[in-house]
Amino acid sequence: MDFLNSIILLTNFIIVPGITYGSQLALGAIGVTLIYGVLRFANFAYGDLMAFGTMVVILVTWYLQSKGISFGLLPTALLALPVGILLTIAVSLFFDKTVFEYYRNKKSNPVTFIVVSLGIMFVLNAVVRIIIGPNDINFMDGHKFIMKAREFKQLTGLNEGLAIKSTQVITLVTTIITCSILFYFLNKTKTGKSMRAYSNNEDLALLSGIDPKKIVLITWIIVSILATVAGTLYGLDKSFKPFTYFNNLLPIFAATIVGGIGNPLGAFYGGFLIAFSEIGLTYAYKKFFKYIMPESLEPSTLIQFISTDYKFAISFAILIIVLIFRPNGIFKGKVI
Amino acid sequence: MIKNIDFRICFSVMAILTVLVGLFQSWGIALSMLNLCLISAVMAMGVNIQWGFAGLINFGVMGFLAIGGLATVLVSVPPVHEAWSAGGIGILIAGLFLAAVIISIFIINKKLSKNKYKNYFVFLIVILSIPLLKFIAGPSISKIESINAATSGFLGGANLPIIFSWFVGAILSAIVAFVVGKVCLGLRSDYLAISTLLVSGIIITIVKHEEWLSRGVKNVIGLKRPVPYEVNLQKSEWFINLVQFFNSSKLSKDLDPEAKISLLNQLVISSSGVFVKLCFSLIFLVVVFVILYFSEKALNSPWGRMMRAIRDNEEAARAMGKNVVKQHLFIFMLGSAIIGFAGAMLVTYDGLFTPSSYQPLRYTFLIWVMVLLGGTGNNYGAVLGGFVVWFIWIQSAPFAMVVINLFTGHLDETSYIKVHLQNSVPYFRYLMMGLGLILVMRYRPKGLLPEKIIKN
Repeated sequence: MDFLNSIILLTNFIIVPGITYGSQLALGAIGVTLIYGVLRFANFAYGDLMAFGTMVVILVTWYLQSKGISFGLLPTALLALPVGILLTIAVSLFFDKTVFEYYRNKKSNPVTFIVVSLGIMFVLNAVVRIIIGPNDINFMDGHKFIMKAREFKQLTGLNEGLAIKSTQVITLVTTIITCSILFYFLNKTKTGKSMRAYSNNEDLALLSGIDPKKIVLITWIIVSILATVAGTLYGLDKSFKPFTYFNNLLPIFAATIVGGIGNPLGAFYGGFLIAFSEIGLTYAYKKFFKYIMPESLEPSTLIQFISTDYKFAISFAILIIVLIFRPNGIFKGKVI
Repeated sequence: MIKNIDFRICFSVMAILTVLVGLFQSWGIALSMLNLCLISAVMAMGVNIQWGFAGLINFGVMGFLAIGGLATVLVSVPPVHEAWSAGGIGILIAGLFLAAVIISIFIINKKLSKNKYKNYFVFLIVILSIPLLKFIAGPSISKIESINAATSGFLGGANLPIIFSWFVGAILSAIVAFVVGKVCLGLRSDYLAISTLLVSGIIITIVKHEEWLSRGVKNVIGLKRPVPYEVNLQKSEWFINLVQFFNSSKLSKDLDPEAKISLLNQLVISSSGVFVKLCFSLIFLVVVFVILYFSEKALNSPWGRMMRAIRDNEEAARAMGKNVVKQHLFIFMLGSAIIGFAGAMLVTYDGLFTPSSYQPLRYTFLIWVMVLLGGTGNNYGAVLGGFVVWFIWIQSAPFAMVVINLFTGHLDETSYIKVHLQNSVPYFRYLMMGLGLILVMRYRPKGLLPEKIIKN
C-alpha cells in the first residue's frame, strides 16, 4: 500500500506535470530547431510569435463565446486554433518577405540574423501588448478536471490523490498528433525529404533541383503551426501573459540546444529532459521517502535538491553543462 | 543617403533636443532624461567594447547590470549587526566553501587538462557542492532572514560612501565575467548569445531569491547618494540665495510680501529637485568622458588594432601568434566591468534596488539596440546610440499619444478603440525600437556613426 501511495505521489507531482510541460517545450523547441536547421539562425522572436498566435486564438475564442458557440467538454480555444494558425503563418511570411529574405539573399552571418530577429521580437512584443494588453488572461473553458484528487482517493482507497486536468490530456494528445504528422512528413514525404536535404547540404540540394523558396515557405508554415499550438496549449494549461511567453523562450532554447540544434527529434527529447529536470530537481521528496523508508529512517529535511525559486535556473544550468560536455547536443545536431 | 555624419553634429542635435524638452515639458524631465542617457551611454560603451572591438556577442548585459546594482547595496547600506551575529559565521563558512569549490575546479582544469574524465570530475563536484552548500548555509540563512523580516532581514552592507560601489560593481562584474567567460567564450557566436542570455537569467534568479544577500523581491530602498538631498537643500541658506538670484526678475515684481515668500518657497522646492539632478548629470558626464577617453585611446592603440584583427580574422590573428582565448577573456571582463559600473550608477541614481525589475528586454536588448543603432565599433557611436535610443524610449509614449489622438479624433471620448489605444501607449516604445532596429540594420547596417578605419 505504501509503495502504491509513493508511486501515485510521484505521478501526481512529477510525471503528469512533467509530461505536460515537456510536451509544450518540445513543440516549441522543434519549431526553433527547424528554423535553425533550414534558415540557419536562432530566432529570438519565437517566444513572441507564440504569444501572437495565442493572442489571435484568444480573440477568436472570445468572439465564439460571445456568439454562444462552445466545443462541449473541450475548450473553445481548440475551435479557434485554425484561425490563429492562419494568421500566425501570415505574420511569419510577412516578416520573412520584408526582413529575412533580404539577408538570406545576401548570405549574411548568423549574428545579423539574430539582430534582425531581435527587431521583430520588439515589434511583435509591442503588437501583442497593444492589442491585448500585458495582463494575465485565462481563456480555459469547458470541463476542467478529468480526475479530481478527492475522487481518486475515494475510488481507490489510497491516501494519495491523483489529479488530472483536462488540459493536461489535451496537451499530450495534441502533441502526439502534431509530432506524428510532423515526423511522418519529414521522413516519408518527398517535400519533407527535400527539406532535410536542404538543411543537410544547401548546395547539393540546389544541384538536385530543390526549390529553396518552397523549402523556406514550408518551414515557416510548419514553424507557425507549432508556435501557435504550443502557445495555445501553454496558455490553456496555465494562463496567457505576454511576458511569460517571452520568458519561455529561454527553456525552449535550452531544450533545443540540449537536443542538438537543428535536430527535431533531439528537440523533442530535449523538451522532456528540461521539463523533468526542472520539476524533478525542485520537488521535495520528503513525503515520498516517508512512504518507502522504514519509520526509523524517515528523513527530517525536505530532501529537495534546490528550492523551487531556481526552477528556471535549472534549465539554464543543464544547457551550460551540455555545452561544455557535448557542444553539439546530446543527439548530434545539424540534420533535420 | 548621407555617407558620413560628423559626430559633433549628432551630439549638437541631441543637445538641442534635450533643451527643447526642457523648455516645452520641464527641466526636471529633461535632466532625468539626460542622466539616463548618460548611464545608457556607459552601458552601450561596455557592450561596444565587447561587440564592436572584439566581436563577442554578450546577451548577458542584464546580469552584469544587476551585479553592479547589488554592489551598491553591499557597499553603502549600513550593516545589520544582529543578522551578522546570528548567521554571519555560517555565511562566511559557506562563502569559503564556495571559493574552495571554484578554486578546486580551476585546479582540476589546470592539472588534469589532458584527462578524458576531467569534465566529469568538475560536474560531480558541482552537483555535490549544491546540497552541501545548502546544508552549510541553510540554518544561518533562515536565521538572518527572520531578523526584522519586515525592515531588514538581510546582512546589510559596509556602510561606505555609495560612490565606491561603482568601482566595486565593476570589479564584481569582472570576476563574474571571468567565470562566465571561462565557460562560454569558446562557443560559436549564436551559442554564445544564447548561453550568455541564460547565464544572466541565472544571475537574476540568484539576486532575486537570496534574500539574506539582497533582500530579494522585498527591495532595498533609500540608498545613499553622492549628492545632497532635496530636504537639506531647501533648508540651506546659500541655496535659497541662489534661487533668489536666478529668479530675481520673477520675484522683483511688485507682490505683497506674503505672496513673495510662498512663490520663493515653491521655486526653492522645484529647483532643489532640478539641482540634485544637475549634480548627478555632472558626475555622470565626468564618468562618460573618462570612459570615452580611455576607450578611444584603447581603440587606437596597438592593443585595439590587435583586437580588431582578432575580430576580423581570428585564424590569421592566431597564426600571427596572438593569444585569442586570453584576449577574448580579457575584453569580456573589461566590457562587463564597465556594464557593472553603469549598473551601480543606475541604482544609485534611482536610489533603490529592485531585483524583480531586471528584464532582458529593457536591460539587455535595449542596450544592444543602442550599440547597433549608434554604430558598432565606434565609441562616439555607442554614446550617441545611448542618447538617441533613450530619447526615443522616453518620448515615444507622448508621441504615440499625439498620433493616436490625431487618428481617433473623430471618435467619441468613451469609444472602446480610443480608450484601449490610449491605455496601451507605453507599448508603442517597443514598436519604435523594433522598427528602428530593423530599418537601421537594413539601410545603415553599420549604425549612425560607422566605425572609422584608419589607414596608415
